[in-house]
Amino acid sequence: MPDDLAIDVHGMTKRFGALTAVDHVDLAVRAGEICGFLGPNGSGKTTFIRMLCGLLRADEGRGTCLGYDVVTESETIKRHVGYMTQRFSFWDDLSIAENLDFVARMYCVRDRRQAVRETIERLGLTERRHQLAGQLSGGWKQRLALAACMIHQPKLLLLDEPTAGVDPKARREFWEEIHRLAGEGLTFLIATHYMDEAERCHRLAFILQGHLLVHGTATEVIARSHLVTWSVSGPGLVELAQRLRNSSGVEQAVSFGTMLHISGPDAEALERAIAPFRTKPYEWRRIDSGLEDVFIHFMSQSQDGVAS
Amino acid sequence: MRRRYEFSPRRFWAIVVKEFIQMRRDRLTFVMMISMPLMQLILFGYAINSDPRHLPAGVLLGDHGPQARTLLHAISNSTYFNFVRELDTEQEAREAIARGEIQFILNIPENFTRDLLRGDRPTLLIEADGTDPAAIGNAVSAARLLLNTAMRHDFQGPLDYLAAQRDAIDLRIQTLYNPEGITRYNIVPGLMGVVLTMTMIMITGLGITRERERGTMENLLSMPAHPAEVLIGKIIPYILLGYIQVALILGAAYGLFHVPMVGSLALLLAATFVFIVAHLAMGITFSTLAKNQLQAVQMAYFFFLPSIMLSGFMFPFRGMPRWAQDIGEILPLTHFLRITRGILLKGNGLPEVWPQLWPIALFAALALTIGVKRYRRTLD
Repeated sequence: MPDDLAIDVHGMTKRFGALTAVDHVDLAVRAGEICGFLGPNGSGKTTFIRMLCGLLRADEGRGTCLGYDVVTESETIKRHVGYMTQRFSFWDDLSIAENLDFVARMYCVRDRRQAVRETIERLGLTERRHQLAGQLSGGWKQRLALAACMIHQPKLLLLDEPTAGVDPKARREFWEEIHRLAGEGLTFLIATHYMDEAERCHRLAFILQGHLLVHGTATEVIARSHLVTWSVSGPGLVELAQRLRNSSGVEQAVSFGTMLHISGPDAEALERAIAPFRTKPYEWRRIDSGLEDVFIHFMSQSQDGVAS
Repeated sequence: MRRRYEFSPRRFWAIVVKEFIQMRRDRLTFVMMISMPLMQLILFGYAINSDPRHLPAGVLLGDHGPQARTLLHAISNSTYFNFVRELDTEQEAREAIARGEIQFILNIPENFTRDLLRGDRPTLLIEADGTDPAAIGNAVSAARLLLNTAMRHDFQGPLDYLAAQRDAIDLRIQTLYNPEGITRYNIVPGLMGVVLTMTMIMITGLGITRERERGTMENLLSMPAHPAEVLIGKIIPYILLGYIQVALILGAAYGLFHVPMVGSLALLLAATFVFIVAHLAMGITFSTLAKNQLQAVQMAYFFFLPSIMLSGFMFPFRGMPRWAQDIGEILPLTHFLRITRGILLKGNGLPEVWPQLWPIALFAALALTIGVKRYRRTLD
């Protein structure tokens, strides 16, 4: 096993009754890397993350997290991992300072008072440290949660949709902080739905219905999809989209403002499909496929697979 | 134009159906709703007997003559008294009644037969444990009535001169500990246990379920913590709360109700500690079993009901049938009532209290063990 892998797991599987939430997922994340974890709702992202940090017992699978065995050493892993839950899970009826103090105590942080004070200062919440956590706005809650799950100086952070419901400015600041910390050597696994956030990650893992579909850099992921995309502008795009969606070779026809993106996995079939409409006043241009196109492509492919 | 909102039978029915489905899904509530009235029926209908019989009694037999034997048989045949042991000394008798092994001491003095035959009206002394006046009342009345008829058979032939004499025996009843038979002397110390039972279970019963409902459990579980740390940690603050309640009740017992406090307050407070911990442990264990806060509250009630009914608080313990007494013996409140009444009214010390204290401690240990075992470290 290479030493620089913060996460190195194989065949991770979790079943809930008849449902297999995570089905033999292999994942390797290098130390200091920001790995984006993508997938639609219910695809198994949260379940996978919970297995990594010992909140759920894996039914199958083995591997290591920070060099500790994910099956047998979950209590040790908990000490070195920071986990930020999808829903704000700190105590509403405790103040900011009390929450941080509690977490610091639970992890037996050395120089606890100082750690708490520094965290509050870094957050810029010194004035409001006695405010109840439940009264904070969404953006502040998320910052508090991140700060709290880092108070014990973990080496690996598992963040489950950390920016859901956070405004763009706060999100940008959040991501800058993530990159700064990754530069210091921290490893991140971040579940997200936002494509702009996915683009900020070093590498991406896309999970669907419990299966890991693709894993690599954004460029690699796009290249591996072999998806071809054309953009078209002109009048009556809604109607055009409607007609193209029904033609074979076209997988997606998505509106982007005054443009329409037409994508399909087979370049020739796609060209045949759009050929009748390549007339004035439509303006056609071949463009690079975006991450979103690629992910919708993966999703629809997988659904076809299930249907057939 | 104003729109009118009419009652829609279809919407109404949709709600009815939904509620039915949800009711069926919530099995525990359903079971509780059905078993609660059943339980009350059984407890009120069968278990509670306001005319307790077969009360344990001891006898100090100073005279072995035939008339003393007749008397003993008659009293025993009344079914109110059950002579469980013969006592040798007054000292031994007092110890047995302090421990609560017996509720009566029947004292047949020396020369009872001789004095009776002489027509000297010998004294028959019944000493009764007055800490629970309701329990002994009927037995004492029965003993009075009995004396006039019991000897009739013996007072025939050569002894018929005694039959003519009314009150050939001088019956004296001495009520120990609570001579005036003041019911609140019994109720008020008992109330302390009842209040603690109710509040302590409830308050920790919510402990884990609240975490789960607010979503903070996931966070707590992601931290390195041992189940015992979490459970015992959640219990500790409420011990203090329990003592505040104890102080209030004892203050009221002393100040408002003038309940005598014969025994050691320190011993009472020490025993209370074990009792409070037992109920907090039970509550936190319920909390690990319940799926939500409502279920936890229901479980607390489910425990509270038999506690109050079968412990001897509401009805005399010995007035209940055997099975009810057996259940009662498991409940901490039963033992705690004996402890508080024993210390406050009888002045009992540790040797008398200990037999009632260890069952509570055992209960606490068991409850906490189950809680720790049931506490899940994962979200599975």
